[in-house]
Amino acid sequence: MKRHFADYLFRSYRKRKAVNSTMYLVLIVATLIALVPLFSIFGYVLAQGAPALNKSFFLELPKPVGEAGGGMANAILGTVTLVFLASLLGVPWGIATGLYLSEYGRGRLASVVRFCADMLASIPSIIIGLFVYALVVMTMKRFSALAGGLALGILMIPTVARSSEEMLKLVPQHIREAGLALGLPRWKVTLMIVLKGIRGPIVTGVMLSVARASGETAPLLFTAFNNRFWQGRLDQPISSLPVQIYTYAISPYDDWHRQAWAGALILVLLVFAMNLITRVVLAPKARKS
Amino acid sequence: MSAIMEVSGLNAWFGAAQAVKEINLSFEKNTVTAIIGPSGCGKSTFIRCLNRLHEEVPDARAIGRVLLEGDDIYGRGVDPVAIRRKIGMVFQKPNPFPSLSVFDNVAVGLRLGGLRRASILKEAVERSLTLSALWDEVKDKLNAPGTSLSGGQQQRLCIARALAVEPSILLMDEPTSALDPISTAKIEELVTELKKAVTIVMVTHNMQQAARISDKTAFFLLGDMVEYGETSRIFTAPKDSRTERYITGRFG
Ligand SMILES: Nc1ncnc2c1ncn2[C@@H]1O[C@H](COP(=O)(O)OP(=O)(O)O)[C@@H](O)[C@H]1O
Ligand SMILES: [Mg+2]
Repeated sequence: MKRHFADYLFRSYRKRKAVNSTMYLVLIVATLIALVPLFSIFGYVLAQGAPALNKSFFLELPKPVGEAGGGMANAILGTVTLVFLASLLGVPWGIATGLYLSEYGRGRLASVVRFCADMLASIPSIIIGLFVYALVVMTMKRFSALAGGLALGILMIPTVARSSEEMLKLVPQHIREAGLALGLPRWKVTLMIVLKGIRGPIVTGVMLSVARASGETAPLLFTAFNNRFWQGRLDQPISSLPVQIYTYAISPYDDWHRQAWAGALILVLLVFAMNLITRVVLAPKARKS
Repeated sequence: MSAIMEVSGLNAWFGAAQAVKEINLSFEKNTVTAIIGPSGCGKSTFIRCLNRLHEEVPDARAIGRVLLEGDDIYGRGVDPVAIRRKIGMVFQKPNPFPSLSVFDNVAVGLRLGGLRRASILKEAVERSLTLSALWDEVKDKLNAPGTSLSGGQQQRLCIARALAVEPSILLMDEPTSALDPISTAKIEELVTELKKAVTIVMVTHNMQQAARISDKTAFFLLGDMVEYGETSRIFTAPKDSRTERYITGRFG
């Protein structure tokens, strides 16, 4: 009887081990499959875009239809400008909302805010573009960098808010209590102790949403529109990489197609670089000090 | 001896559940008072009422009178933030602020309280770390993260952090329950030393610890204070049979 039971245990142990290693293998394969699109997209964009990259691509304005050459200098600068404007709005607003939800958000109002943030996050970006079009473009009677920045900024708010909220919630309650017990007002504990302690993860969340925003095309089509020239003023239409890529890609010209691929490559590299900088430069510093 | 803090008619609730019932108790200057009792009897809730931290928990409330040097901290119009500056607290789990250095952990109370002068801050940090018997161990790594210290050192860092703002009372909620025996002994020694400078109220579930370091002991059970008196008397001649049963280890 005893031996029988030990036998059974041994067999079931072997079975568990077999199931365990099978599942492990399945997970690894699934992970690799998930990485395939990432690498194939990057590889394809690299292969198509790299040949069209040259000095004039970075330094020159687009050439008129029919003329070969030219570059996307204004679109690169335009994307940087738009993302900067968007961050100016989206980052502080998003973090403030996240702080409210995590530190003060109890009861009805907080659930409503949380629900709205989730709703806002799931609204298709083109609708946000339409909204800004109706609100700003129609009022100012022209497309502008400001309108584009506003649309991207609105897009950033819910993601920054929810990611900040999640990070803040990971800070144990007793850290806040220790701050309060020192006789510090709650807002100081929140900003100078709690938020400071997790600035690394918060920055990571912010960078992810900045990266998302810098690739958005739809909300820019009827807010920032496009511009073939350098844009000196924020109340004028402005060029951006995604819109320029879109314009060139649907054109019938081979030269423009090549430039669209080059633009795509730059956009991807820009986003990669932002993620890399966040990880390598910002995160360890936040941990050390 | 004069009482620095007098508690009368203190009651505390979590929602509808009462955790602390009608406590009357006073703490004399430069003494150590131990609060003992089985877990869940309201010890933490009680001392968290003494710096009005209890009310920070959602749905929690407290009523009663707690006179600190004659003024009721539950009085009308009293700002809990202001009174907490005079009442330090050390928690069960060492909780130095993450991402702050050893130095900044100690300085943070003064700095965020508005003190900017570097020389004064430096003095205060050294004084507090010396008081908490940590200075010699950390004086060469003041810029290291507070969380890089050992558990026992972290707890002494938290004591230094509390002492830096010069409170008149120090509340300690089972400060050694997460520590090893050697760190525990160090903290016990420190408490005996610290009472020259500050009045200490310490929750502990370790009766030997209470017997070793406290002058007065209060025994709590199910939110009531069953017995209070000189520590030596409580442990040799308890008046209440429930106290006797608890200290002889027959329940809790
Ligand atoms: N955050 C809370 N919410 C609701 N009830 C609580 C909370 N904290 C403690 N309690 C309850 O209050 C009572 C006293 O708890 P506590 O003061 O922590 O006891 P002790 O510190 O003596 O172990 C217990 O019954 C406990 O379950
Ligand atoms: Mg407790």
